[in-house]
Amino acid sequence: MKYIDPHIHMVSRTTDDYQRMAQADCVAVTEPAFWAGFDRSSPAGFFDYFRQLTDFEPKRAAQYGIAHYCWLCINPKESEDMGLAREVIKIIPQFLERPNVLGIGEIGLNKNSRNELTILEEQIALAKRYDQLILVHTPHLEDKRKGTLLTLDAMKNAGIDPGRVLIDHVEEHTVKEVLDRGYWAGMTLYPDSKCSPQRAADIVECFGDERLWVNSAGDWGHSDPMSVPRCQMEMLRRGHPRKLVDRICYANPQTFLSQSERFKVTWE
Amino acid sequence: MANTSPRKSCPMARSKVIDTYFIEHRHKLLDVAAFLDRVDRAPGSEDDDVRLVAMRDAIALLIDGKADRARRILDLFSDTSVEPIAKAPGKGAIGAPVAYRGEPRLGSRG
Repeated sequence: MKYIDPHIHMVSRTTDDYQRMAQADCVAVTEPAFWAGFDRSSPAGFFDYFRQLTDFEPKRAAQYGIAHYCWLCINPKESEDMGLAREVIKIIPQFLERPNVLGIGEIGLNKNSRNELTILEEQIALAKRYDQLILVHTPHLEDKRKGTLLTLDAMKNAGIDPGRVLIDHVEEHTVKEVLDRGYWAGMTLYPDSKCSPQRAADIVECFGDERLWVNSAGDWGHSDPMSVPRCQMEMLRRGHPRKLVDRICYANPQTFLSQSERFKVTWE
Repeated sequence: MANTSPRKSCPMARSKVIDTYFIEHRHKLLDVAAFLDRVDRAPGSEDDDVRLVAMRDAIALLIDGKADRARRILDLFSDTSVEPIAKAPGKGAIGAPVAYRGEPRLGSRG
């Protein structure tokens, strides 16, 4: 079954992964800007990273028939240094007109600090100023619930339309709040943390199929770019209709992402 | 824009859920048991490490007979403070709130 992986960091994956994903019928990926595993030393590092996301990665993906889109931001882990963060925010607008840029992301919080929250608010304002979609990272483990609530409040305070925001990495203790407030919710399927294909299927059964999707968030850590197909198989194994599986793994991402005129993947 | 009420249904019959998933989760349960045994065998005295305290409380939630175990365990492992902190102490998370039950305890981490 064809699918979209709406959150995967292909800069950290080999071309073998593109091949496997294409064979599994992945038609598109969207790649948020994230932490490289180390702190970049200057805004120039981010400038080159944004070039990689907007120029090199789409070409690499195209070799396997996969459409590549991206999101731009200063990520939460590097937001504590507000001076650097603000310099990076200044260079984002010049990339927003690139043909594969969908919006601002993955912004959010990491340890829920004041500096992180200030930079989050400034990037929300940037997204609003340039009428961009927003993709949000919610913190890891013990910080997730608090960070999700702080982020939702920041969005509300800025007057952002929830229908243009994807709150990612939801789990059982955050998904209801996200959906009840009208946001889109992403379930990230990791081998050891965040969600799993089984729990994602459980969440769909408990909360329905509106504004909900799955992704692999494949990165340089222990992750699996085949997570979305695994979730498709899990849902089919349980006896869910293919229409529901298609909704979670293709139609919902397609609907949300099509709010950007740059997203060209259509129904067939 | 409230979401619809949770439907909480599973397309599989209960017997089929057990048939399908039991062996895998028996395996995972053994992993948890072996981890706790390993902690006991390892030298040191971090019995009150916040992560172990939280894990033991989480295990109790598994068999308390109430619903929404996954959500309640995630809540138990969550920082319940509401205000942003002054400064990020680092980048990583440890899996349980440092001030679990109001007492910061991280074993040998202090």
